[in-house]
Amino acid sequence: MKIGDHDWNLDPLGKHIWRGRMETGQLLALARAVKEEGGQLVALWGSDDRHLDGSFGIHAALLTSSGLAWASCALPAEAPTYPDLAHIFPQADRMQRATFDLLGIRAADAVDDRKWLRHTAWADNEFPLRKDFSPLSTLRSPLSTLNSPPPPDAYPFIRVEGDGVHEIPVGPIHAGTIEPGHFRFSIIGERILRLEERMGYTHKGTEKRFEGMDLATGAKLAGRVSGDTHSAYAWAYCAAVEMATGSQVPERAVWLRALFLEIERIANHLGDLGYLGNDVALSFGFVQFWRLKEDWLRLIAKLFGHRYLYDRIVPGGVAVDIGDGGRAELAAEVGRIEAEVRSLKAIYDEHATLQDRFANTGIVKPDLAARLGLTGLAGRASAQAWDARAQFPQAPYDRLDVSMATQRSGDVLARAEVRFAEVYESARLVRDILERLPAGELHAPLAPVSAVCEGIGWVESWRGEVVVAVRIGADGRLDRVHPHDPSWQNWPLVEVGVLGNIVPDFPLINKSFNLSYSGPDL
Amino acid sequence: MATHLILQKIFKTGFVSEPAPEADLAMRTREQELHAEILKVFGQSVAIRHVDAGSCNGCELEIHAVNGPHYNIDGMGVKFAASPRHVDVLLVTGPVSRNMEVALKRAYDATPEPKWVVAMGECACSGGMFGESYASCGKVSNVIPVDVEVPGCPPTPAALLQGILAAVSKGRTDAES
Repeated sequence: MKIGDHDWNLDPLGKHIWRGRMETGQLLALARAVKEEGGQLVALWGSDDRHLDGSFGIHAALLTSSGLAWASCALPAEAPTYPDLAHIFPQADRMQRATFDLLGIRAADAVDDRKWLRHTAWADNEFPLRKDFSPLSTLRSPLSTLNSPPPPDAYPFIRVEGDGVHEIPVGPIHAGTIEPGHFRFSIIGERILRLEERMGYTHKGTEKRFEGMDLATGAKLAGRVSGDTHSAYAWAYCAAVEMATGSQVPERAVWLRALFLEIERIANHLGDLGYLGNDVALSFGFVQFWRLKEDWLRLIAKLFGHRYLYDRIVPGGVAVDIGDGGRAELAAEVGRIEAEVRSLKAIYDEHATLQDRFANTGIVKPDLAARLGLTGLAGRASAQAWDARAQFPQAPYDRLDVSMATQRSGDVLARAEVRFAEVYESARLVRDILERLPAGELHAPLAPVSAVCEGIGWVESWRGEVVVAVRIGADGRLDRVHPHDPSWQNWPLVEVGVLGNIVPDFPLINKSFNLSYSGPDL
Repeated sequence: MATHLILQKIFKTGFVSEPAPEADLAMRTREQELHAEILKVFGQSVAIRHVDAGSCNGCELEIHAVNGPHYNIDGMGVKFAASPRHVDVLLVTGPVSRNMEVALKRAYDATPEPKWVVAMGECACSGGMFGESYASCGKVSNVIPVDVEVPGCPPTPAALLQGILAAVSKGRTDAES
């Protein structure tokens, strides 16, 4: 694969997907070349490969002008280290820290080497994703913990000092129905001088859980990495498994997967647009959008048997079909909802208070977004014009001609505008898919596994790109699965986006990103 | 002219709220001994604090949904509150991650007596797909006492309401008799 003038040792693995193994020095050079041509680091993770080739592995998924490049390096089993990538791609910082917490693989010379996913559940010399990690050695019996809770987590927050500065610690439990995480605000008066996030509270050992699991159960677990992004994760996982095993998926199933992904996008955008109204005291907006969302979910449950389409995407295809009656009903409903959203947008556009609160709030400027790797819908609101469905379409998006929504102002208003545009585009895609849905089987058996094999899936979820890398052992069971959530890249931008804003605008700014905690906490 | 458009939309939409479902007493796991007078007060309304103890965020989608207009929870006397100190019911989702164990226990201790705990979703009821591990304590009842279990992945809003009403309906029936 060529980047600039240099031909890199990367071979095609799938459509728009490249694979290469290299020395750590080459990985560093590749990262620099990708950065130079305007690409991004999407994901970084490690693996314990000692049972295969006596080494550890470090893996990076990079977004290049030719698609997604998956580069891996073998690291010595004794003292595994690799060169720091965070000085090239700042979004690597937390991924590197998590990789150390889980595997003991260190990024040499990294500026920030504080722990990330590890709180107090395991010791600093234990690494849960190592194959020889014994969960029993650290497992405190649940009953005994009732009387002897673990010691509090000591985490070195960066303090802001000076006259009149004070701190507001928030979380892990928040005032509303949102996931747990800790926010440490340093403020003067009402203005935010600094925000530091501390995550990892929902770390529940998801990656370890995949180890030794059969391929069908793995799809269910993948879909529960971040429940609001179920179809995207399930699809990315299944695509990885199908790539690894060299299995074909029937065309109808591929189109139905895209239908499910767009249904999920519409549902989430409707909910967010409602909450954005709610957060500026326009409860009318909340009630109207949540009415539409509920109508939508009920029809989805009626047609496909589950409000959020859980477990409808399975390895080899899909588990549910749609008949002619259902197609007509879904097409009519998506048309009605689109028309209602357009009428609500007219109200949002006209509403002075809402516009005043949305505009110029929580700004992430395009150059900063590019430097820090902002991705997905938040990225597109800051002129980061990447959408895997548009630039590097996997089937069936290669025949759907997705129109990407972008904005330049990078504020709450821009993120709301991108959501509106994407609801309209997804409604068009749903109608288009329903019209052109090919006939045929829903499901084909996976090709049998006889040797260690690997694959990667790449799906543009409503939030941003989801990547799932899978290695299957010779026994046909999962050996290593890494699911990557776009929230990894975007959380640090919330820290930046709130600077100079007032504390009461934080919930609005946070909601305008609407990032996952469970996804990156794993 | 936003006001004009808003009023037009409100009148055109009309009422979408639906009647409350019946309490599902089969979801109760624990009987509490409580004085009838307390129950009489409790029986009329209930304040809830949700705690995500490590969920995948699927259950949260349905908690948001029950706050929508189809489910008239305010009309049933059900209200979500911001602090555990202000509530009667803790609604807990997720397997309890080890990193949330302390926070969950503190929220439980901060909730005044008498209190009920509703475990929502497969993970909260049984540990679900995540089970017990180095990072997960498993089901909620491994960490704090649970009164009502609402299974489902995620439970539908109707099931969630049945579970919440089951937590307090014992109070209602006792107080009336």
